[in-house]
Amino acid sequence: MPFTASEMFGLMDCNNFYASCERLFRPDLTNRPVVVLSNNDGCIIARSNEAKALGIGMGTPYFKQELLIRKHDVAVFSSNYPLYGDISQRVMDILMQLEPDVEVYSIDEAFIRLPTGRHRDLESWGRSLKTTVQKHTGIPVSIGFGPTKTLAKIANRFAKKNPSAAGIFVITEQQPVDRLLAAVPVGDIWGIGRRHAARLKKHSIHTALELKNCADTWIRKQLTVTGLRTAMELRGIPCISLEKTGPAKKSICTSRSFGQPVYTLGDLQEAVATYTTQAACKLRHEGLRTTIVDVFIRTNSFKKDAPQYCNRRIFTLPAPSSHTATLIKVALTSLNAIYRPGYRYQKAGVLLNGLVPENYEQLRLFHTPAPCNEASLMKAVDEINRRWGRDTIQPAAAGLAKEWHFRQMKKSPAYTTRWSELPIAKASFPESFSMA
Amino acid sequence: MNTRLHIKKTSSIKAIFPAGCGTALHRPLFLSGVSAGFPSPADDYLDRKLDLNEHLVKNPAATFFVRVAGDSMLGAGINDNDILIVDRSLEPCNGSIVIAVVNGELTVKRLIKNKASCRLAAENPDYPDLEIDEETPLEIWGVAIYAIHSL
Repeated sequence: MPFTASEMFGLMDCNNFYASCERLFRPDLTNRPVVVLSNNDGCIIARSNEAKALGIGMGTPYFKQELLIRKHDVAVFSSNYPLYGDISQRVMDILMQLEPDVEVYSIDEAFIRLPTGRHRDLESWGRSLKTTVQKHTGIPVSIGFGPTKTLAKIANRFAKKNPSAAGIFVITEQQPVDRLLAAVPVGDIWGIGRRHAARLKKHSIHTALELKNCADTWIRKQLTVTGLRTAMELRGIPCISLEKTGPAKKSICTSRSFGQPVYTLGDLQEAVATYTTQAACKLRHEGLRTTIVDVFIRTNSFKKDAPQYCNRRIFTLPAPSSHTATLIKVALTSLNAIYRPGYRYQKAGVLLNGLVPENYEQLRLFHTPAPCNEASLMKAVDEINRRWGRDTIQPAAAGLAKEWHFRQMKKSPAYTTRWSELPIAKASFPESFSMA
Repeated sequence: MNTRLHIKKTSSIKAIFPAGCGTALHRPLFLSGVSAGFPSPADDYLDRKLDLNEHLVKNPAATFFVRVAGDSMLGAGINDNDILIVDRSLEPCNGSIVIAVVNGELTVKRLIKNKASCRLAAENPDYPDLEIDEETPLEIWGVAIYAIHSL
């Protein structure tokens, strides 16, 4: 029986996104395996198909794969978020120019809502979208279509995994769906987390098809109403709608592991001031102010032989603020209170909580409103950094040397966001030409 | 300056004075400053400012900037160290200045193609052209539409 859906959903997903971005300006890497490392060059967070074929696992620590990487001449990159962010925006812009109902789900994924009849042949429309994105941005994408978001996600998986699908897969009819769902492990279903997957396996529910065929009351009892919603979606009944504006941010966290262990209060202060500066900038970008500043520090819990310490201090502001200097003052006071000498600190972070819109003001009896020059100063700072590049102007407390800063040894240029780092087009002899 | 606002006689309030707040005041933009003489005759014909982005970048999502290294394209008005505006959405045709992939590198050339042959031409007699045949497949990265250099 065919679905009688009044709408279809598409999920467009960029293939091996970070690795594809690294290749965009490096055609020499076309058939070479590429991996991208997490912040601090710790783990492998993206792999080209060639790197996957070598058996390099997602999320594995870099040092464990170093031999394999050297043996196969794998190109290794530190993560270059300015580049990935810019390319992501281009991909999403192209999609949004073509379709009105788009939900940008992550840096490399977007859902599309397509009322029935909008495109007569989804497969060929998907193919032309794929070609356009690839041509305009250089990024290969896969697109899955289905009557619900959950099924679109599953279709996308088949679009990627089946070579015969060549990047586009449409789920439309009931019968083949069951055969497809039988091949999808429950842990791979969108919305089924690790805990729920483990519980389902304990009850011998291994595939999406088995989950789909469970009784509603049982699913509800085991996985709550969210699990039931997922099961309904597997049956082709849309329960999760398109969210065009993301939920308002509830908190902003900036934390990083250090490039090398940090011992002194001075270095920690620089790090905390830097993270606070970044968090405050994000806060203003979202049009928010914070009421709670939470600072934490910790040693490396994996180093069992070293003395361990971790602590945090939560401070509630008298009035919401997004003023960098105010927040740094509070954050450093908290840090000074929790710092203990004699430890190898590995990580620090700042968490801003209790966020309110910047135009919201709960007046108090004895409250003097923040002087409005604070807001104009921050606006000027943000504008300068936007125009001349991040950290062009920063508080002195954030330090200049930043010796604690995380490692990024193999970062590619900011090809699309800095004039000084543009890609080079040769207008000379190619290297293989002899000058004779 | 008299800013008093007079109220009707039936009201018991005689006048209201505005508070002296120092907030920003956004006014329409006029060419001439406030003067006691004649207003600028151009005020009614105000146009928007010209935006170079609008002129040079037709398709922002597909437009990239690349820097030129070398002098093989001097004849096309492209100097060493120029910035090229490259639009990937355009179809390369005979005579287009293209960014092509040659030996794994981005290279700027003029595309010359007809029914019989296809080659990537330099615009400087010191440099050879590159014939394209079945053995050297052609990969065009994008089409250059403007060169930016200082004079």
